[in-house]
Amino acid sequence: MRKFDTKVQHLKYKVLREVAREAWNGTLTEHLLDIPKTIVPGNEPTMRCCVYKERAILGERVKIAMGGDKENPNVIEVIEIACDECPMGGYEVTDACRGCLAHRCEDVCRRGAITFDSQQKAHIDKTKCVECGQCAKVCPYSAIMDFKRPCVKSCKVGAISMTESKAASIDNDKCISCGACVYQCPFGAITDKSFILDAIEMLKNKEKVYAVIAPSISSQFRYAKLGQVITGIKTLGFHSVVEAALGADMVAYAESGELAEKGFLTSSCCPAFVSYVKGQFPELADNISHNLSPAATIAKYIKETDPDSKIVFIGPCTAKKMEFQKPEVRPYIDCVITFEELQALFDSRDLEIMEMEEDVLDNASYFGRIFARCGGLADAVAEGLKERGITDFDLKAVSCDGIEECRMALLKKSKNVLDANFIEGMACVGGCIGGAGCLTHGEKNKAEVDKYGKEAYEKTITDALSQLGKID
Amino acid sequence: MKVTVCIGSSCHLKGSRQVVEEFQYLISENNLKEEVELGGTFCMGNCQKGVCVTVDGELYSVSPETAKGFFEENILAKLK
Repeated sequence: MRKFDTKVQHLKYKVLREVAREAWNGTLTEHLLDIPKTIVPGNEPTMRCCVYKERAILGERVKIAMGGDKENPNVIEVIEIACDECPMGGYEVTDACRGCLAHRCEDVCRRGAITFDSQQKAHIDKTKCVECGQCAKVCPYSAIMDFKRPCVKSCKVGAISMTESKAASIDNDKCISCGACVYQCPFGAITDKSFILDAIEMLKNKEKVYAVIAPSISSQFRYAKLGQVITGIKTLGFHSVVEAALGADMVAYAESGELAEKGFLTSSCCPAFVSYVKGQFPELADNISHNLSPAATIAKYIKETDPDSKIVFIGPCTAKKMEFQKPEVRPYIDCVITFEELQALFDSRDLEIMEMEEDVLDNASYFGRIFARCGGLADAVAEGLKERGITDFDLKAVSCDGIEECRMALLKKSKNVLDANFIEGMACVGGCIGGAGCLTHGEKNKAEVDKYGKEAYEKTITDALSQLGKID
Repeated sequence: MKVTVCIGSSCHLKGSRQVVEEFQYLISENNLKEEVELGGTFCMGNCQKGVCVTVDGELYSVSPETAKGFFEENILAKLK
């Protein structure tokens, strides 16, 4: 059964699983240094030049699974020795260039950067090239390639550069912790710090731990039923499992009121998007909705009803690991783990969730649940306006997924040319279902979220909130 | 008096919202907003007995159908 998209994820998972296993047993300190050899036991290398390098890198992964570098405030960290120092020259003509007569590359280049040598082979003048990629698109032999690093290519905020030793380096002031580079680096050299040890500690101490689950769970753990995943989470020792989507219902209701009052808003659900607005468009920061994110909103409600509780958010998101450390969220969420890490926790206890009884998970409405995919938030805000009976506000929402789309909308807004009064911003392409902490990413995920939304017992936001006694 | 209704998934599917709504209505009808503190909680660990309700810590099993009678018997009667 394939549980992950890539082998990098699988490797990271194995480290997390072994670290978790030792932590449950209380033997982590003793066996810490043995973990790399447990994962790479033989003498033949399977990933790198030699088993010693493989184990050295695994040692670094163990550190990150245990919380990583405490001196580095960023939850996204580079493992320098794992970085393969990929070439980063941008567009270059490869040996596949046949020196043809057509010279389409030359014709399409507006900068006049293409020249030809005596064999008619193309060359790119790097002093003129602006990396637009047009030449690569028109070459009939696909002879022009983009030698940009996958991490750099994935980072739409331009936070990744190269150190003197050619390893990737993250500018923490620009990084929004979205995790795009984590998912894209083919060598697994950039990774998100894990807080599984904190979660295990709470569970081992028999604290009353609530799991707040992101609605994108509906597209995950496809090999089992959702009800079995819930049983698995409770078997790990969680007291109860609550849908973050109920927090989304609360947010949709509050945000629609705030929007009608203020006339323009951007969403505040995606922590990476919020960081991006604050960092790159500070003049628009006042327009960010003042609501806490759905996870923090429901966590706050749980803490109010049960002050002794501990709350672990489980979701697809690496940026949530940054969000929960913020002073406005810290009192409500005690720990954040990803779906990848949940899988590791299950297997560290040898739980076969496919064989478990099905439990139920049903707290939120359809609208809260569809927050997991792009466009869902805007739909929920429209519904919120309708259910509040606000008829004199004409919602014009623009739903942006991926930082590039968010950037376009924010840029237009900053120049006062945006034809919309609500920006739904999601840093990941597709919304939360595209999050870096997902086990798998697939085209069917959106349909899974919608299906899960339709299965909700409550059909309206007001009904979902009514159980909380929040609406008179 | 503190009345807590379980709104965990299992009780929710058995009608905890309707129970909360009924209690809210009856509290306001009987002018008990000062006397009764109505709250929710996620899971009381007695899912098979849902909808779980505690009145000053004592656990009861209620359903949307029995909510009105329960209120009169275990909440209203005790306050008078």
